[in-house]
Amino acid sequence: MGRGILVIAEHIEGRLNPTTWEALRAGQLLTDALGGPLWVAVLGKDLSALTAAFSDKRCDELLLLEHELLATYTPEGTTLALRPLIEARQPQMVIMSHTYQVRDFAPKLAAALGRGFISDCIGYRLEDGHPVFIRQIFQGKMNADVRVQGDPPYFVSFQAGAFRGDEVETSTPGPTITPVEVSLDPSAIRTHPMERFREAKQAVDLTQAEIIVAIGRGIKSADNIPLAQELAEVLGAELAASRPICDNEWLPMDRQIGSSGQTVAPKLYIALGISGAIQHIVGMKGSKTIVAINKDPEAPIFDIADYGIVGDLFEVVPALIKKLREVKEEH
Amino acid sequence: MNIIVCLKQVPSRESILRVNADGTWVDEQDLSWEINEPDVYALEEALRLKERFGGEVIICSVGPARVQQAIREAFAKGADRGIHLNDPAFERLDAYNTARVIAEAIKGESYDLILTGLQSDDFGFAQTGVILAELLGIPHTTIVMEIHILDGKVKVKRELEAGWFQWIELPLPAVLTIQSGINHPRYATLKGIMGAKKKPIRTLGRDDLHLGEALLNLQQVEKVYIPQKTKETQLLEGSPEEVAAQLVEKLKHEAKVI
Ligand SMILES: Cc1cc2nc3c(=O)[nH]c(=O)nc-3n(C[C@H](O)[C@H](O)[C@H](O)COP(=O)(O)OP(=O)(O)OC[C@H]3O[C@@H](n4cnc5c(N)ncnc54)[C@H](O)[C@@H]3O)c2cc1C
Ligand SMILES: Nc1ncnc2c1ncn2[C@@H]1O[C@H](COP(=O)(O)O)[C@@H](O)[C@H]1O
Repeated sequence: MGRGILVIAEHIEGRLNPTTWEALRAGQLLTDALGGPLWVAVLGKDLSALTAAFSDKRCDELLLLEHELLATYTPEGTTLALRPLIEARQPQMVIMSHTYQVRDFAPKLAAALGRGFISDCIGYRLEDGHPVFIRQIFQGKMNADVRVQGDPPYFVSFQAGAFRGDEVETSTPGPTITPVEVSLDPSAIRTHPMERFREAKQAVDLTQAEIIVAIGRGIKSADNIPLAQELAEVLGAELAASRPICDNEWLPMDRQIGSSGQTVAPKLYIALGISGAIQHIVGMKGSKTIVAINKDPEAPIFDIADYGIVGDLFEVVPALIKKLREVKEEH
Repeated sequence: MNIIVCLKQVPSRESILRVNADGTWVDEQDLSWEINEPDVYALEEALRLKERFGGEVIICSVGPARVQQAIREAFAKGADRGIHLNDPAFERLDAYNTARVIAEAIKGESYDLILTGLQSDDFGFAQTGVILAELLGIPHTTIVMEIHILDGKVKVKRELEAGWFQWIELPLPAVLTIQSGINHPRYATLKGIMGAKKKPIRTLGRDDLHLGEALLNLQQVEKVYIPQKTKETQLLEGSPEEVAAQLVEKLKHEAKVI
């Protein structure tokens, strides 16, 4: 095909989002497979510092879209800046990481061009020279092979971890740097972002915990939390949870693990009644040893567990507490 | 304050999913259905805004006859009327075409806000609301955790990654995609359930809408399947006592983490 692949970089006020490297790696692999030049677009106000990060990376051209109105991210600014570039360059594919920012503008950008956006892919496969993208459906319980229809450009985003950022290939010389003309009408930007903040009450720092017992919706009700608490106590562990538990305020939000909560890497992570949706997994997959107790043998959490117990947590956990106590007493 | 809430009906969380005969989707025969979780939060948010500011909550749902159940459930909680988009041509549409159908169906409505869930539990596109805003030419913001109505505009708290948030202001009308946990959804009351039967649902099919071009998916699911496990997981088997003993043994002597 050889029409070029465009990767869109992401940063917050000059700090590059590391998932940009994952998207670039996907771009490198897809360009190797399909041919054509590889371009990276960066949007912002003053991009000189960011440019350096790309100076040794293997890509053909670094496209700089600089404008006063791109100083902070807005979906309109991003869409209006990228649209003429995409129309002019006619890439065959636009690749992004599936970040919260991409969720916010990519569907708009693709729709503005009347194109499809295959979001949150975990990989791709080539069939007769055409990519077939693989996505999770039903919260990771199944996969789907998806093919794009209609004319390029095709918009694709990849899930965090689908490609390895540390495998981005370097080259000398690095990319050509091309400033791209951006004209934006202030009145077209209707969303007005204000300050970014964290909730003040961050009482626990789970990143320091050596052992974590995490509960999910399988715990059924707040009344059952003492059971998990007891297991945590015997193990000297911290208690954590998936999002629905914190949504219900059964545990405070600072105990939430996942994309919108904390990212932890303890030496032992025990997941009780957690299905293993990607937004949870990204927060704990770096744990040294993962134990999953879940009554559904197909639960995606088993895909990343070192030890799995298919069973009812209300039967297994009491037995586990008992056994741990016995072992403790032996010493 | 008139609010349109887009509700999707999805297989209930406890469903056992089986791939259908031709491998293109799940077998829908024996499934039970529920309202997509973030949409339940979107509905609750709409009902609370209506309680404060008055106006109507209008439910819009694309799907076969069974989605009337979801619409009635929303009525029982306090929604006022429904638009049911039902046509064989609407089956398993991608996000772009779902948004096209909804955009066309609500053209004659006057609304201040459109609320959708941030993502569906089945397809998980995380796109329909954003595309809807683009097709309607109105602003949007995503992953919303708090809503304040101001004069002619709305101020929302948007969730960012890793526990960060951001305040964003945008003019009305706007589309907001709602994240779970924004509120505590109510249960329907008996009185609500009784009243739900009388509330009107307008059913529209393809021929009732001016869709122009045919509804051709821009992304087509070719095959669905249970993913292959990529990691060697040691599955421990036996009675609760047996698996507990095995696990403690492994954690102590194999993984050496306790
Ligand atoms: C933008 C975005 C951000 C998100 N951020 C996060 C985040 O930071 N953290 C997070 O966790 N999620 C997050 N989510 C939500 C995520 O997608 C999932 O919905 C959530 O992780 C599911 O939680 P769960 O596994 O507890 O519940 P479910 O998916 O409902 O799983 C419950 C599990 O319990 C099992 N079970 C039930 N009963 C028993 C029993 N008696 N014994 C053993 N097992 C049992 C079931 O088999 C099932 O696997 C986010 C979603 C989005 C879209
Ligand atoms: N068939 C549908 N009918 C009504 N609303 C829908 C439908 N599909 C998606 N939506 C809305 O769009 C949101 C995001 O869905 P999705 O883009 O599929 O992840 C959902 O939470 C719903 O609010």
